[in-house]
Amino acid sequence: MKSNGKTNMPGNVTNSTDVKIKTSGLNLWYGNNHALHDINMEIHKNKITALIGPSGCGKSTFLRCINRMNDLFDHVRIEGQVVVDGKNVYDQDIDVVAVRKRIGMVFQQPNPFPKSVYDNVTYAPLKHSLVKKGSESDELVESALIKAGLWNEVKDKLHSPGTALSGGQQQRLCIARAIAVKPDAILMDEPTSALDPISTEKIEALMLELKKDYTIVTVTHNMQQAHRTADYTAYFHLGKLIEYNETEALFNNPVHELTDSYISGRFG
Amino acid sequence: MSNKTISNRSINDQGESIKNGSNPFYDPSLVGRHRSAWLFRWFTKGSIILTLSFLCFFLFDMARTAYPALMQTYVKIDVSYNEKSVKFTSKAIDKKYRKIVSRSWLRDIPKQLENQPALMGSTVQQWVLADDQVDQHKKGHHHNLKTKTLRTIDELEKQGRIELQWNGIFFTHGDSKIPENAGIFSAVVGSVLTLVVTMFVAFPLGVMTAVYLEEFARDNWLTRLIEININNLAAIPSILFGLLGLAVFINLFGMPRSSPLVGGLTLALMTLPIIIVSSRAALRSVPDSIRQAGYGLGLTRVQIVQDHVLPVAFPGILTGSIIGLAQAMGETAPLIIIGMIAFIPDAPTSIVESATVLPAQIFTWAGMPERAYVEKTAAGIVVILLILFVLNAIAIYFRKKYEVKW
Repeated sequence: MKSNGKTNMPGNVTNSTDVKIKTSGLNLWYGNNHALHDINMEIHKNKITALIGPSGCGKSTFLRCINRMNDLFDHVRIEGQVVVDGKNVYDQDIDVVAVRKRIGMVFQQPNPFPKSVYDNVTYAPLKHSLVKKGSESDELVESALIKAGLWNEVKDKLHSPGTALSGGQQQRLCIARAIAVKPDAILMDEPTSALDPISTEKIEALMLELKKDYTIVTVTHNMQQAHRTADYTAYFHLGKLIEYNETEALFNNPVHELTDSYISGRFG
Repeated sequence: MSNKTISNRSINDQGESIKNGSNPFYDPSLVGRHRSAWLFRWFTKGSIILTLSFLCFFLFDMARTAYPALMQTYVKIDVSYNEKSVKFTSKAIDKKYRKIVSRSWLRDIPKQLENQPALMGSTVQQWVLADDQVDQHKKGHHHNLKTKTLRTIDELEKQGRIELQWNGIFFTHGDSKIPENAGIFSAVVGSVLTLVVTMFVAFPLGVMTAVYLEEFARDNWLTRLIEININNLAAIPSILFGLLGLAVFINLFGMPRSSPLVGGLTLALMTLPIIIVSSRAALRSVPDSIRQAGYGLGLTRVQIVQDHVLPVAFPGILTGSIIGLAQAMGETAPLIIIGMIAFIPDAPTSIVESATVLPAQIFTWAGMPERAYVEKTAAGIVVILLILFVLNAIAIYFRKKYEVKW
C-alpha cells in the first residue's frame, strides 16, 4: 500500500493561521510492530476532524499520540513531532500531565468515575486548582453540564452515582467532565460506537455545538457520522495516512483508490 | 394414496421409529449420554455431600466434647477463715473434703481475706470449686478417686451440696496446671495482641507493595522476579517463617522472646504474600477505563490510584487481608519456634510481655495427661472457630458495605 503520487497529503488543505495540531514524521512502534508510518497532518482550530479507516489501521493510535496516552503502554516507541500551538508535546521540557489537561479525551466506552455526577465533573478541576470547593464548583458543574446538554436530565440527581445514568447520558457526562478542565482540544475515540442511535444523534449535535469553542478530533467507524459532523476527514490504512481532505471533497471525490473502496463499502 | 406411500417409505428408512411410535426426535445415542450426565452430576453432588458430612461430624463432635467445659462442679462446704487457714490453707476445710476441693481455690483463701477482712474468724458454708477429679466424676467421665472420697461425694450428693455451675473461670482465667483453674483468657488476649501487630505491619506493607507492583512498576525482569518470589513465599512451610523470626527478630534485633511483638512480626511475614497477591488481584479487577479516564483529564498517577482505583479495589483488598489474618490466627508452628508455646498463667498487658496464642494453648492442653483437659481442648477449638467465623463475617460485611455499584 505504498502511497503514490495521487495521495492527497495535508498540504492541500493547509491554511497555516488556524492550525491547532501539526504532526510531522510521526512514527510509532509497538515493540517490533510498526503501527504508524510517517504521519504528517495538520488539524485545524475549531473544526471537527474525523479519522476513519478499517480496524487496526492506526487511527486510534494516532489519536492517542496527540495527548501522549500511548506513553502509558510499555514497549511503545515514538518518533517525530506532534506540535500543538507551536510546541512539540514530545519535547523534553514538556510535562505530560499538562498536555493531557489541555487536550481532553473521551473514550469509546463511557467511563465515568464510580462517584456522583457532581464529583465526576469537579474532581479534576479541583485537583488542577481551577475552581474552589463550594459555589465555584457548583457553577462549574452547571455550566459544564449545560454545555454537554445534560443539565436538564441530571440537575435533580447531581449526587447520585454517575454510573447509574444511561449509556448516552454517561457519555455526555464524560464530555462534561472533559470540558470542565477547560481544554483547548478534545479527542474522541469512537465516542458513539457503544451507544444507541438516539444517544448518538445527541452526541453528534453536541459535537457540532462544541466546535465553536474547541478543536475536536474524532475517530469513528461510522462513515455517515464522519460525513454528517466532520469538517475534515482523514483516511488511514495499515498505519499510513492515505488521504486527508475536507469532508465533502473526500467523500465525493476520493483521490486514492483505497479511500474510494472504503467509503463505498467494498471493505472495512 | 401417494401420501401413504411417502409415510411408508419414511418409516422403512428409519426402522427405529416404528418401535417408538414414529417419534421424529428419537435418538438412541441419547440414552447413554443422559446416563453419563446423570452419573457425573451424582459424582459432583456426592463429593459435596461427603465433604459436608465430614464437616458436620467434626463440628458436632467438637461441640459435644466442648460442651461439658462450660460447666464446672462446685461443692457446698464449711470454710473457716482464721490465722491457721491463712498459713496452711488446707486447714480451712474439713479434712475429709481435702481431696474434693480444688487446690487452686484453697490457694486463693489469703487473697479472699485480703479483699474481705471481715471474714476473719468466721466459718461460712459456701459453694467452693471442686477438684477436677470430682468434676470428671460428676460429668460421668473417667476419674481416679478413692472409694473413701467417693463415699463423701455420695453423701454431699444426697444433701444436694454438689452441683454443676456455669464455668466463668474458663473465660476469665489464664492457663493453669490445675485443670479446674485453667482458662483461655490469656491465650485470647495473646492472640488479639499478636494479630494487632500482624495487621498493623502486614496490611499497609502488603497493600503498598501490591499498589506499587500493579500500578507503578514497569514490566521488566526485576518486577517479574519479585512477583515469582512473592507467589512462592505464599507456599513456604510456615515453620520456616518461625525460624526466620527467631533468627532475625530475637537473635539479631534482641526483641523479647515469646512476645506478641515477635509473634506478630513473624506472622506478618507469613501473611504478607497472601495480602499482596489478593490485593493485586483486587487492583487488577478494577477496569482500566477508570485509569484511562483519569489520565485523559490530566490527573497524576497517584491521584488516579488514590482516589479512583483504590476505593474500587478496597473491598477486595479488605477481604483478602482478613482471610490472611484469619490464617495467621490459626497458625501454630512458627509461634512454637519463637517460644509462644510457653505456660502463661496471666494475660499479657503489652506486646513485649510473654504471651501465648489460642492455637498454641490448644496444642498445650491437647498434650496434658489429665482427662479434664480434653474438654478444655475442644472448648478452645470452638472458641477459635467462633473467632474465625466472626472475622469472616466482618470480611463479608465490609465487602458488601464498600462494594461499588456499576
